[in-house]
Amino acid sequence: MTAPAASPAISPVGRTPIPARVWAAYAGLALLLALLPCLVGGVLGLGNAWLRTLNFAVLYVMLALGLNIVVGFAGLLDLGYIAFYAVGAYLYALLASPHFGLHLPAWAILPAGAALAGLFGVILGAPTLRLRGDYLAIVTLGFGEIVRIFLNNLNAPVNITNGPQGVSGIDPLAFFGVSLAKPVVVAGFTLPPLAATYYVFLLLALGVVFVTLRLENSRIGRAWVAIREDEIAAKACGIDTRNIKLLAFAMGASFGGVAGGLFAGFQAFVSPESFSLMESVMVLCMVVLGGMGHIPGVILGAVLLSLLPEAFRYAAVPVQKYLFGHVVVDPESLRMLLFGLALILVMLYRPAGLWPSPLRKRELKRSTS
Amino acid sequence: MTKTCPARPAYPHPLASAAPLALLIAAALAGCGNKEEPKPAATPATAPAVAPTITVRIGHVGPLTGPQAHLGKDNEDGALLAIDDLNAQGIEIGGAKAKFELLSEDDQADPKQGTIVAQKLVDAKVNGIVGHLNSGTTIPASKIYFDAGIPQVSGSATNPKYTQQGFNTAFRVMTNDVQQGLVLGEYGVKKLGAKKIALVDDRTAYGQGLADEVEKSIKANGGEVVAREFTNDKATDFKAILTKIKSKKPDLIVYAGMDAQAGPLMKQLRELGIKSNFLTGDGGCTPEFMKLAGEAAEGQMCSLPGVPLDKMPGGPAFVNKFKVKFNTDIQLYAPYVYDATMVLADAMKRAGSADPAKYLPEVAKTDYQGVTARIAFDAKGDLKSGPISLYKYAGGKLQFVETVGGGAGGSGGDAPVPAKGDGQK
Amino acid sequence: MDIFIQQIINGLVLGSIYALVALGYTMVYGILGLINFAHGEVVMLGALTAYSTITGLLGLGVPLPLAALAGLAVAALLCMAVGYTVERVAYRPLRGAPRLAPLITAIGVSIVLQNGAMMVWGRNYHAFPNLVPERQYDVFGATITLLQVLTVLLAALTMAGLMLLVLRTRLGRAMRATAENPAIAQLMGVDVNRIVSLTFVLGSALAALAGLMVSANYSIAHYYMGFILGLKAFTAAVLGGIGNLAGAMVGGILLGLIESLGAGYIGDLTGGFFGSNYQDVFAFFVLIAVLVFRPSGLVGEKVAERA
Repeated sequence: MTAPAASPAISPVGRTPIPARVWAAYAGLALLLALLPCLVGGVLGLGNAWLRTLNFAVLYVMLALGLNIVVGFAGLLDLGYIAFYAVGAYLYALLASPHFGLHLPAWAILPAGAALAGLFGVILGAPTLRLRGDYLAIVTLGFGEIVRIFLNNLNAPVNITNGPQGVSGIDPLAFFGVSLAKPVVVAGFTLPPLAATYYVFLLLALGVVFVTLRLENSRIGRAWVAIREDEIAAKACGIDTRNIKLLAFAMGASFGGVAGGLFAGFQAFVSPESFSLMESVMVLCMVVLGGMGHIPGVILGAVLLSLLPEAFRYAAVPVQKYLFGHVVVDPESLRMLLFGLALILVMLYRPAGLWPSPLRKRELKRSTS
Repeated sequence: MTKTCPARPAYPHPLASAAPLALLIAAALAGCGNKEEPKPAATPATAPAVAPTITVRIGHVGPLTGPQAHLGKDNEDGALLAIDDLNAQGIEIGGAKAKFELLSEDDQADPKQGTIVAQKLVDAKVNGIVGHLNSGTTIPASKIYFDAGIPQVSGSATNPKYTQQGFNTAFRVMTNDVQQGLVLGEYGVKKLGAKKIALVDDRTAYGQGLADEVEKSIKANGGEVVAREFTNDKATDFKAILTKIKSKKPDLIVYAGMDAQAGPLMKQLRELGIKSNFLTGDGGCTPEFMKLAGEAAEGQMCSLPGVPLDKMPGGPAFVNKFKVKFNTDIQLYAPYVYDATMVLADAMKRAGSADPAKYLPEVAKTDYQGVTARIAFDAKGDLKSGPISLYKYAGGKLQFVETVGGGAGGSGGDAPVPAKGDGQK
Repeated sequence: MDIFIQQIINGLVLGSIYALVALGYTMVYGILGLINFAHGEVVMLGALTAYSTITGLLGLGVPLPLAALAGLAVAALLCMAVGYTVERVAYRPLRGAPRLAPLITAIGVSIVLQNGAMMVWGRNYHAFPNLVPERQYDVFGATITLLQVLTVLLAALTMAGLMLLVLRTRLGRAMRATAENPAIAQLMGVDVNRIVSLTFVLGSALAALAGLMVSANYSIAHYYMGFILGLKAFTAAVLGGIGNLAGAMVGGILLGLIESLGAGYIGDLTGGFFGSNYQDVFAFFVLIAVLVFRPSGLVGEKVAERA
């Protein structure tokens, strides 16, 4: 991604030895992530609700990173991304619940979910190859709605998805015979279910981060960026734009599929209302707000946007009481109002996102000057 | 990230970072260590018996923003009124004077948020839960309440699945879709004499669930479903499906969905010159429906679980109190949520404790005279043989017609309601 | 046959409503290339303001036609003010920013407008008063109401008026120049900022009109009505070719017809396997099919490859 003509501040791709303080930062970050559930639950005394929120935040990190491949790397505006999440979630729900009486193990379903979602990605990608910009946005939006409507209605004449009632009683996630629904004992140390789930999600999210990092600097990643910057030029350079675009859809979708499977196992219930257009929009917000195409930025965006509404939920009443002495505005109205304002303000002050990639920052400078 | 991209203004020196880190680890581990202790104990915020007063915290959840916010707020108002009444009554639980508090949360009708707020309420150590409003959020949340052993009474979730999961903490003071669908179908065929019936539902868990049961009931009673059409819970234009229905010339149109759609649908029905009768379930049995449908509503019918408020002891008083306190009419489920709250308080009173573990068995044994019905639960936590009342929209008011089904307060069991809907798939 | 005609009428009326809203989308898009996601919420504001004004005035004994006009005027003024503010505060600073940045602010603005409206008008649904006498006409066995006739006419008139404005006036020429290339337009003496502001103000006035018509047609006004309406109108605008006024009209009407005929005939076409529950699926399939063969919409011009 780093162009050869980069300013000297940005080091070239060649492996320079990583300074010790960067290692220390990574080690600190790793430790922080590892201890986060304990911090949240214990020291900060925030309780399990925050742990649950944290788990959702990690799921959203996976989703945002998946969408980032399509929107951030390849520059294809996708408003139906949540469909892949839905595909993964429903696959898990149908294969591991009393609905069909199937109880396949999670390790088998999650990869299958990734594959199926990837296939859906190609199905979405194929007819939209010629479309760009907002036309692509509306087609992907339509695709997302189509998937949701099918999930909502495939209970008759043959009951496949159980329609709007959703699928309940889904098996909890379990790996190697260890269920995440019960406290997990690791080396004499008992982990409450939410914390155990957190570690599993985190591990998978780190896997996703690793894959996207590797992709970013691969031939494919560069091809995506080339298409984003100028499709015709990319084609002229010998890039098979069709396959590379399809690959972007498939890769992005498969991450969504995994996250969906985890969601189903975590919630033990899925219904079509979890996969509305608003969810797609939210994930897109995470990508753009964090810093499109820049992995740390996208992660930041996902974490921030999943925590922010919850933080407002806690703050809405006490802050008002502190400021005015009593509650002036409904806490829930205020919560959403603040959320909307936050979106606007962040974009106004950081139009390229909170943590944009150095490359894009330069681009922006160029285009505004 | 493999570049020297400054991941974070890191600690100046690896060693310097060790000190705060060590502290962090120690603190975190201490946190984890502590964590296992309070969990099983889970003593709620009730003070020991010596204290003269105890605080009982009731959690309430419903969508307070989004398209269903008007119903969520209505539910919240119902719970608030119950809390006020309980505090005014000065109830004693186990010899201590109880002070009730409401913790209300917004789940935006989103299952994910439903579980987050459920967890939040569990963390806050509430003594009981009333809610949620939607089945879609109630079902995933019920698992969290069950795991924490906190009794949950919903005043509006009608999906049979909610109580079929085998959670001993899950109750509802509302008839489920099966119970109501049975009555609606039978009433349409037998009492209204409709042979050809068209069914419209809004493809929500509630609408579809109810419509499926109505369809079964119509067929069982010898009626014919001539059209089954669908809309969605955000629609405003129903002309296309209504035109199609018109071609089938039904005697009766049954709508399973909420008032915000039922009202305009009723109006458009008449605009298209369809003369059929109209019948809808509890979702459309509201003042809102009449407001939106205007004159078209005149003479049409709807059903509500329970017995009309003005026929119930304390019912008219409830309506007045509500109006005075919130300066608005009851939307829909407020009385049921009120009852749900009262059922919890009643069980606490009988158990002499607000500790969920102690009073949970008493909830199951409830026999409480609420404002909507006499409330008792079956083995699964459903309302035992819930009565259902039919109303006519007349002169801008909901006029009570008759009560069918149910034992208590009803007109007798001419429509035997099965305890459980095994018909679900 | 009368059923078929009725479905066509249904589709036409619904389509006209979509078209009215889509015109506002497309105007802004034509000039700025920006999807103003908050447009649906401005429509909602228009509807609710008109509702309050009209019911308020009717309560004071003002005759209905006067109240309706006043309602439209107040709603238009408020929407124009909101549109102007939104453009100045949330969009203008982002001109030249990455393409998706204004999309996020637009989403932020719509969340703010929606929740603001919820605080002002409450969570309940409001019954919109009847603006025109309930008169019905018979067309080959199908019925159409006076209001519906007015809706279709109004949509057509609005589009015609806008076309005249854009193609025949000085302002229109400046708008077209700005749409073509803001920098060059500026060089030619066009005050681009003023033109963009004017476009937003005009689009918002249109939104007020659309809001009034939507609410009058369905007798309902609610703070959440903008979302789904905006979505459908956006779809319609893209179907026709976004940025093109005639396209918005064609797209709107077509979407209305597709939805109406889809809901009416999917069941028969698929032997009862799919019903009206797949109405939107049908609409989106048609949309995808159209865009696959005409990637810039039905009426949209063939834009240069690197749009």
